[in-house]
Amino acid sequence: MSPLTDGGRDLSAATLIEDVPPGEPWVRELRRGEVLRIVDLDGNQAVDTLLFDAADYSNRYSAVDTLREQRSVYLGLGSRLLALDGEPLVSIVADTCGRHDTLGGACSQESNVVRYGEHTRHMHACLNVFLAGALKWGNGLSKRHLTANINFFMNVPVTSDGGLEFADGISAAGRYVDLLTERDTLVLISNCPQLNNPCNGYDPTPIRLIAWGVS
Amino acid sequence: MIGPLTLRSAARKWNANSTKEGVLFDQNLPAGGSWSRVCSRHTALTVTDLEGGASIPMLLYRAEQHGERYCMPDTLKAQHVSCLTAGNALYSDMGRVMASIVSDTCGWHDTISGHLTDPALRERWGALSYQEARNEWRRSARDLLLLELAKHGLDRRDLVANINLFTKLAIDDGGGLSFEATNSIAGSQITLRFELDTLVILASAPHPLDPSPEFNARPVRLSLNRVVPPAADDLVRTWCTENARGMAESETLS
Repeated sequence: MSPLTDGGRDLSAATLIEDVPPGEPWVRELRRGEVLRIVDLDGNQAVDTLLFDAADYSNRYSAVDTLREQRSVYLGLGSRLLALDGEPLVSIVADTCGRHDTLGGACSQESNVVRYGEHTRHMHACLNVFLAGALKWGNGLSKRHLTANINFFMNVPVTSDGGLEFADGISAAGRYVDLLTERDTLVLISNCPQLNNPCNGYDPTPIRLIAWGVS
Repeated sequence: MIGPLTLRSAARKWNANSTKEGVLFDQNLPAGGSWSRVCSRHTALTVTDLEGGASIPMLLYRAEQHGERYCMPDTLKAQHVSCLTAGNALYSDMGRVMASIVSDTCGWHDTISGHLTDPALRERWGALSYQEARNEWRRSARDLLLLELAKHGLDRRDLVANINLFTKLAIDDGGGLSFEATNSIAGSQITLRFELDTLVILASAPHPLDPSPEFNARPVRLSLNRVVPPAADDLVRTWCTENARGMAESETLS
């Protein structure tokens, strides 16, 4: 677990406060210097997140470059979330949860069939939420841009013998993570609708997004 | 759940009676080179680490629909693994098995640590241009992969998390990653059977966390053979119930 730290920010100075229900996308461009807080309102809610260089969406968040450069399989306080060009898009500057995943990816109808069986084929899934967000945003953003994402508040322990599990969450109601935007970045969030595993405690719930402008 | 390493001896049996007549391709990929080819369904590609210590980034795309591609997260979570070996399936982002690891003498292939980029190459080893070094010039895996992708009309949007054949990053209890230089010995061999017509992209370049002061790009042998389709009791199909479903999803396309 990474150390925890409180963001210590003044809510009355926030430039945006918005709740996102489960199963819904949120897409917005953040300017360099802005801070985005993601709050797990009810606890154990996976927040699937993709990041793109606002100047060139093909220069997007790269989970594997990020993990390799920080020499650790988990994200936490101090993690710099790198684009394919090796430079950070955002940094985690406050975290009251302690561990976030970037190996588990997003759920999809197709992977649900593989993991849970045919009866889950038409259940709501993050890939569809991402695509809905991309279609809403336009500007050429498409499935080709969608790759391994961050899952804030999701607990996917990895073991030294090569195992990986989706475990019960370590988050709780009110825990949050603060992202400092290191350069103009498009943020695409799917508040995960998955009902078949503990990533949302089998009960997807809303998140709150709070932003502070360039200080 | 069966651990990855216990399958190695079982997997060795596969080769003996599953290769049909007809070698389609048998050539070396030299150190520092790159390669791409469409490998048809029910062919098998054997990659042999000729000198030991190879690191071979690999990407997979469905041949008739490049938008469907290898998906690291779906591969890992379907099988509850963080590394790849015999018995494992390589999944596309559309819930289909693209390729099956039917044999492996190495035991651990990485898919969570990306590949060498140009800035890292310059910082670690220094660039050597073609004019300076001719065919000994140094190129990053990123450069090589993007060039091979471009031959097929693909670009950085298509550059997803890759597999690193023969590479192991050890994972400690706190999630820390460290490069294991002795993971692959000379003669290590992995065989992938394709379950869909698949565009395969390969490069040879040192892993960026390889601590060696030498620029350790290594040659590998690539052998492509026709093989029999997976049987009902196939190693990969039966490795977990998820793989049975993923294999069936691929078979519905035939």
